[in-house]
Amino acid sequence: MQMADKPYKFPDSSGHFGPYGGVFVAETLIPALDELNAAYDACRNNPAFMAEFEYELKHYVGRPSPIYHARRWSDLLGGAQIYLKREDLNHTGAHKVNNCIGQALVARYMGKPRIIAETGAGQHGVASATVAARYGMECVVYMGSEDIRRQAANVYRMKLLGATVVPVESGSKTLKDALNEAMRDWVTNIHNTFYIIGTVAGPHPYPMMVRDFQAVIGNECLVQMPEMTGRQPDYVIACVGGGSNAMGIFHPYIDVPGVRLVGVEAAGEGMDTGRHAASLTAGTPGVLHGNRTYLLQDEDGQIIETHSISAGLDYPGVGPEHAWLKDSARAEYVGVTDQEALKAFHDLCHLEGIIPALESSHALAYAAKLAPNLPKDKILLVNLSGRGDKDMHTVAEKSGIQF
Amino acid sequence: MSRIQSVFQRLQASGRRALIPFITAGDPDPELTVPLMHALVESGANIIELGVPFSDPMADGPTIQRASGRALAKGMSLRKVLDLVRTFRAEDGDTPVVLMGYANPIEAMGPDRFVAAASDAGVDGVLVVDYPPAECEAFAAVAKAAGIDPIFLLAPTSTEQRFDDVAKIGSGYIYYVSLKGVTGSGALDFNDVAARLPQIRARVGMPVGVGFGIRDAESARRIGEVADAVVIGSRIIEELENSPREQAVANVKAFLRNIRTALDQIEGAPR
Repeated sequence: MQMADKPYKFPDSSGHFGPYGGVFVAETLIPALDELNAAYDACRNNPAFMAEFEYELKHYVGRPSPIYHARRWSDLLGGAQIYLKREDLNHTGAHKVNNCIGQALVARYMGKPRIIAETGAGQHGVASATVAARYGMECVVYMGSEDIRRQAANVYRMKLLGATVVPVESGSKTLKDALNEAMRDWVTNIHNTFYIIGTVAGPHPYPMMVRDFQAVIGNECLVQMPEMTGRQPDYVIACVGGGSNAMGIFHPYIDVPGVRLVGVEAAGEGMDTGRHAASLTAGTPGVLHGNRTYLLQDEDGQIIETHSISAGLDYPGVGPEHAWLKDSARAEYVGVTDQEALKAFHDLCHLEGIIPALESSHALAYAAKLAPNLPKDKILLVNLSGRGDKDMHTVAEKSGIQF
Repeated sequence: MSRIQSVFQRLQASGRRALIPFITAGDPDPELTVPLMHALVESGANIIELGVPFSDPMADGPTIQRASGRALAKGMSLRKVLDLVRTFRAEDGDTPVVLMGYANPIEAMGPDRFVAAASDAGVDGVLVVDYPPAECEAFAAVAKAAGIDPIFLLAPTSTEQRFDDVAKIGSGYIYYVSLKGVTGSGALDFNDVAARLPQIRARVGMPVGVGFGIRDAESARRIGEVADAVVIGSRIIEELENSPREQAVANVKAFLRNIRTALDQIEGAPR
């Protein structure tokens, strides 16, 4: 593991994490990104803005989220102790809302009355629709028609919250295509529209801004873990699709020595089947959605359709900061299959009375693999990034149950 | 002097505008692309913009997205696009060909390898939609050294600082995106174009072509009064989509001739 001899300070002023990140967009968007960059800079250096952000996180989201010692599950696995950061207990049921509140406040500062968002599992769409209602903004959510089919309950939630959900029929009809379509909307309506990107990807300053808003997760853990266990964890484990919950819990730990950071990607039906969404484990660097990062692509540079049981991980790219953490060896990235994630899902339900999101179940599954091989005094901190109510339909279908 | 520069010099000397049609390589069928390119030249095209299909064309509207999808379904790739240019070049040594597309296929081939292969195939210019100047200084320098003009976009939202950025590393011509939106969109703001073009031309010292939203002879003529070149893409692709296969080339030719005639009715230099 690389031990930093100076504090970690990325991205650089032009939005690069080593060779990754940057601003790879058409000219029309450049002035909008410059404007956003200036606005975000003003906001994060403004104590009143940060105080309002923290107030909202406390009173509207319900932060800080607790850390829970999954004692029965740990005992059964017979090794390291597993602690869960309970982002599933946030208002709207996942970590996504942290970022949405931050960006909605920036949108309000910029005077933009209309917000747009892309969504995969629907969690970011729901969080965006929620904050739009909360701040009195118009909200349009782009969602692949395949994901709309998989996540019907979340689609209805967004509609209840007053958002317009636009089905995207292009490409693989999933998250990446929703992102393409949201970008097209943004470029057309740039004068009055703020694009809330839901993950640590996209052109600068998005990867940095989303990370900063999500870093509240890791910052709370830095305080909570010593209170609960007397020390920081040995491992911090999080699932990685675009990578926002992972970046949020990893970032405050980057300069903490002795803490291993593990990102868990979706290995789908197995890495060797080609049907997965593990861009860091199996991809190569390229340019997509405004940044340079690891991508799942063919030899001609065309983006490959991905597969995961979890819609939120079904994305062929990954945030550029994860690409940098991989190359610099500060974090390690592994894959967990659909089957392994499903087993962890059921185990957590039965043993701890917690229904986790299928995305988070990937991180849980890796913890379950790791724990038995470690001594009982080792500590694994897993980011339980969302609750699994939205996945009832998918899990029931896999178990041959019809409602 | 590059082939692109000499085209503009020749047209400017006779007070004419450049007509730049765009087609997606491999759409509707790779076998049709080279005959279509020759047909475009016969109908009055001065430069051809050849789209390199990409799986995720973020800056394009539905028409060019569909074209990209059809071409990819027929197995089109950046390498095969270069083969098509080479075939075209064997019969036409004069008409510049500009490749237009996205960064990732170039990154996958390797920018240096791409430039060498493109130069060898007879490519004259390259416009990479998601390579803004700040991210491609090295690539633009390598392209220029190989005799390929790096062409950049400017938009209604661009500041004067952006004019200077593209003037510094671009060459050939500037592609002015005439509206805020994706390719093939509806509303074209003639007043904005008329106001902005003289500023841009004075500042960048290059000819300026205008595209996105030009759909007929009338809009081409009005843009041609202020621009050095008129770019037409989505409307040609629609013509291909809506024509029976055996009539597609003839219909595109008739459409383009009509535009050429309109442009040639303009008198004098761009205002």
